Amino acid sequence: MPKGTGWKDIPIGGLILEAGNSAEYKTGGWRAFRPVRDAEKCIHCLFCWIYCPDSSILVQDEKMVGFDLEHCKGCGVCAQVCPTKCITMTPETEFEKEK
Amino acid sequence: MREIMALDGNAAVAHAMRQINPDVVAAYPITPQTSTVQTFSEFVANGLVKTEFITVESEHSAMSACIGAAAAGARVMTATSSAGLAFMWEVLYIAASYRLPIVMLDVNRALSGPINIHCDHSDTMGAREAGWIQIFSENAQESYDNFIQAVRIAEHPDVLLPVMVMHDGFITSHAMERVELLSDEEVQSFVGEYKPAMPTLLDVHNPVTYGPLDFYDYYFEHKRQQVEGMAHAQEVILEVAREYEKLSGRRYGLFEAYRLEDAEVAIVVLSSTAGTTKAVVDKLRAQGKKVGLLKPRVFRPFPAKELADALRHLKAVAVMDRSISFGAMHNAGPLYLEVLSAQRIYGGNMPVVDYIFGLGGRDIVPAQIESVYDDLFRILETGQVERLVTYLGVRE
Ligand code: SF4
Ligand code: SF4
Repeated sequence: MPKGTGWKDIPIGGLILEAGNSAEYKTGGWRAFRPVRDAEKCIHCLFCWIYCPDSSILVQDEKMVGFDLEHCKGCGVCAQVCPTKCITMTPETEFEKEK
Repeated sequence: MREIMALDGNAAVAHAMRQINPDVVAAYPITPQTSTVQTFSEFVANGLVKTEFITVESEHSAMSACIGAAAAGARVMTATSSAGLAFMWEVLYIAASYRLPIVMLDVNRALSGPINIHCDHSDTMGAREAGWIQIFSENAQESYDNFIQAVRIAEHPDVLLPVMVMHDGFITSHAMERVELLSDEEVQSFVGEYKPAMPTLLDVHNPVTYGPLDFYDYYFEHKRQQVEGMAHAQEVILEVAREYEKLSGRRYGLFEAYRLEDAEVAIVVLSSTAGTTKAVVDKLRAQGKKVGLLKPRVFRPFPAKELADALRHLKAVAVMDRSISFGAMHNAGPLYLEVLSAQRIYGGNMPVVDYIFGLGGRDIVPAQIESVYDDLFRILETGQVERLVTYLGVRE
């Protein structure tokens, strides 16, 4: 039986009662390829930030600083649009080995 | 002011809709339902209601618009028949699973093909697993009364399920009868102001998502909740009926038992045919034959225990089905199969036989109903059941 709340304790009709709750849905587990950025080559154009369908590009002070790996599902769109080709889609298995 | 009017079934329901004054009606015309929403659209045009009347391009859209409006917090109604109901199929399930208290008139008409516009119950019976409460009406008065009660049943916080109310196509929908209307004020105060039980889409202070993806992690739980709504419905239907009786003087239950208490044999039949059967019962009673009738009113949720209890003392029972469940046991009708299951669980061991009748609007006349009672008495005499399913009125 999958983990989760019982039928008596969830809103009826499949309603979701809190706004902004999609952040709770961790789509990172879907990822087969992880984006890895070569920070040296990054020009902080933020194309990746505009295109990422999961809002998983982390930006601070108008600088690209990394990926939200809890939500990045590894689609590779960022790597595709990056004008300096500084993002490499790397198989997750390589990180498994690291562990 | 209360009025007594000469109305056909469709107009009676249109008046019920006028008195309820719903926020939204979305509908598409289909025979024999059309005159319901046509009459209602005149009430809209004449400013008698404040309803937003949405004309759509199909029944799929009609029910979809109803769902959207109900999710937005509106009290919503529609009407359909036959192929129109079939075209709503996908969205019927959505209305029920989103727990939206939509009320719909389904004027019973055969499903094509071959194409046919006349009465049978195959449309409603096909939709019996969709999660809607289903209430059948014998005549225009009952349809009017049921439609008003349906609002309270659907919106009850323990239920929150859509309700379809049925009457027979043409037989009831287009035949003029004497109908007692409550006053507009009485209906208004009976249904009350609509306060949605769940947050709605237009409530910007309580944001809510309707219809998200619901996979293996939660779908099952939501279906289990739907069962609970359906399980509560029976008590709520009776509670609403008691209150309605106080207001109108007209009594409703899960079914109507007509001269059943001391009967030896009985017919179980829905809707207008029950009216014809009452006349036959009276005639046979006058000859000293102990015959009775049970007319189910609520088909979903099916009142299995109550029905089995009411039939238990009988020596033989005939169920009359105005539709076929193709490929089911003996190709019997759905009502028969429900009565048999009820009997299996709640007891009663008299023979029960099925009569398929009236498909595609084929007339059912008192002599045929009398022949069913004759058959039942023959079963009593001989102790033999010749056929489980009989086609009443088909040419061999
Ligand atoms: S698109 Fe490439 S260069 Fe531009 S901010 Fe993203 S990683 Fe840096
Ligand atoms: S791989 Fe896709 S989801 Fe992940 S950061 Fe890049 S664009 Fe976003």
